[in-house]
Amino acid sequence: MTQIQTFPTRRDEAWRYADIPALERLGVEALDAWKEVTLEPGETRRQTMVVGSDAPELHRIRLTLGEGARAELFVSNIGRDYTRVEVEVKLARGAHFEFGGVTIGGADAVREFVTTTVHAEPEATSNQTVRSVHWGTGTGNFLGEIKVVKDAQKTDAAQDFKGLLLEAGASANAVPQLEIFADDVKCAHGATVGQLDEAARYYMAARGLPPELAQRLLVQAFIGDAFVELVDETERERLLNAALAALEEATL
Amino acid sequence: MLKIENLHANVADKPILKGLDLEVAAGEVHAIMGPNGAGKSTLANVLGGKPGYDVSAGSAQFMGQDLFELDPHERAAAGLFLGFQYPVEIPGVSNVQFLREALNSQRKQRGQEPLSGGEFLKLAKEKAGLLKMDMEMLKRQVNVGFSGGEKKRAEMVQMGILEPRFAVLDETDSGLDIDALRIVGEGINAIMRGADKGVLLITHYQRLLDVVKPDRVSILADGRIVQTGGPELALRLEAEGYDAVMAEVAA
Repeated sequence: MTQIQTFPTRRDEAWRYADIPALERLGVEALDAWKEVTLEPGETRRQTMVVGSDAPELHRIRLTLGEGARAELFVSNIGRDYTRVEVEVKLARGAHFEFGGVTIGGADAVREFVTTTVHAEPEATSNQTVRSVHWGTGTGNFLGEIKVVKDAQKTDAAQDFKGLLLEAGASANAVPQLEIFADDVKCAHGATVGQLDEAARYYMAARGLPPELAQRLLVQAFIGDAFVELVDETERERLLNAALAALEEATL
Repeated sequence: MLKIENLHANVADKPILKGLDLEVAAGEVHAIMGPNGAGKSTLANVLGGKPGYDVSAGSAQFMGQDLFELDPHERAAAGLFLGFQYPVEIPGVSNVQFLREALNSQRKQRGQEPLSGGEFLKLAKEKAGLLKMDMEMLKRQVNVGFSGGEKKRAEMVQMGILEPRFAVLDETDSGLDIDALRIVGEGINAIMRGADKGVLLITHYQRLLDVVKPDRVSILADGRIVQTGGPELALRLEAEGYDAVMAEVAA
C-alpha cells in the first residue's frame, strides 16, 4: 500500500511550533524516513546523537521495546536551521525508556524534540529530560506525549523541561501531554523557562571570571542535567562539547 | 592601597552613600561598623561593581587604578577580593572547577601562566587545610547544600586560593558559631596579614575583632564615615552602643 505524503500544518498538535517552510525545503520524502528499531526482551541499547547543520534536518525514530528492555537516547540538537528529532516509543512490561536532549542555538532557527511514549503494558518506566538554551531569535521546543493504556498499571513516567533564554527575542516551548487510561500510575512533568542567574554571574565575576566564561560554566551546568543518566563519560563529553561549541557563536 | 573620596552611590535611585571618605593603607586591617541600613553592604557592593549600584559622584583608587573604570572581573584580577555576606549557590559547578577557572582567568588577565590541574589541587588542599575544610567539600557544587557557616568558611578558602592583595569582607562573621568564627578569623590573619596587603572588614560585632584585631575602626552611619579610631572604638561601641557613641560625635 502506498500512502501519499503531504506536509503537516501547524494545526497538527505535534507540528505546532514547527518551521513548515523549512520542512518543505527538505522534501516530502523525508517524512517517510522512519528509523525502526526493535529491542528484544531484556535487551539494552544506548544511542547518542549530535544533530543539526546549516540545512533543515528531520530525524524520525520508532522504538519498540520488548519486556524488560531498556533504550537510552541522548541527543545534542545544535542545528542552525530547522532541526527536529521525533521519537515514538512503545514499551512492553517492565521496559524503560531514557531520553536526554539539549537544544541550543541562536539565529532564527527552530530546534525541537517531539516524543510519543506509549506505556502499552504494566510496570514500564520512562524518564525524559530536555534542556534548551537560546539567544537571538532562536527557539527550542519539547513536545512530549505520554500515553498510558488501560491496564498498564504501575507505569512510572517522568518528563522534565527547562529553558534558558540568554536574550530577549529567544523562545522555548514545552508541551507535555498526558493521556492516561490506567488508575495506578505515576506521571510527573515539569517545565520552567528562565534567564541566567544574575547573582551567580556577579559572584563569578567577583572571583575573576570574565562574563563569557561565567556564561559558559553556567550553561554547561544547566545542560548537564540532560546527560546525567549517560554513564559513558566519553560520549557525555562529546555531546556536551558539541553543545558548548554551538554556544561559542553567541556574542552577548 | 584603597582610597575612597566623596563617594555617592544610589540603589534604585535611592541615595545610600552620601559622601563617604575612607583610606586603607597597605598592611592595615580596617574594620567598618555601623547600624543597620547605614550603607555597609552597599559600600562592599559598590567596590565589587555589582550591577544596580550606581556611583553618582566621588572616586575610588585601588593601588593607583581608578576602580570604577574596571569591570567586576577586572577588579578581581587587579587583586580585589569581595567576601559575600550571602555566598551564592551555583548548581552543577564544582568548587574545584569554579576556583581553578577563576584563578586561571585572573592569572591570564595578569599575563601569568595558568596552573595545571595538579598544581591547582595542591594549592587548594593547602588552603582548605588552613580553614580546616575537608577536600571532599571542595569537590561538591559551589555552596550547594552548605550550611551558613560552611559557606563563610568556603569563602575564606576561596580567598586563600585566589591570594588577593586586598579583601573587602562583608559580614563574614554572620552565621558562624564560636569555633567557626575563630577558624575564619585565624584564616583572615593567615591569608591577609602582610605589609603589602589590606582588609576592609565589615562587621556588626566585636567577637570577630577579638581574633582579627583591626588596626583602625570606622563607624559608618547614614552613608558617611562619622568617626575613625583605633581598636578601642570597637570596644566602646560594644559596651555603649551606636546611639551613645554617635550622639557624642554629633555633639
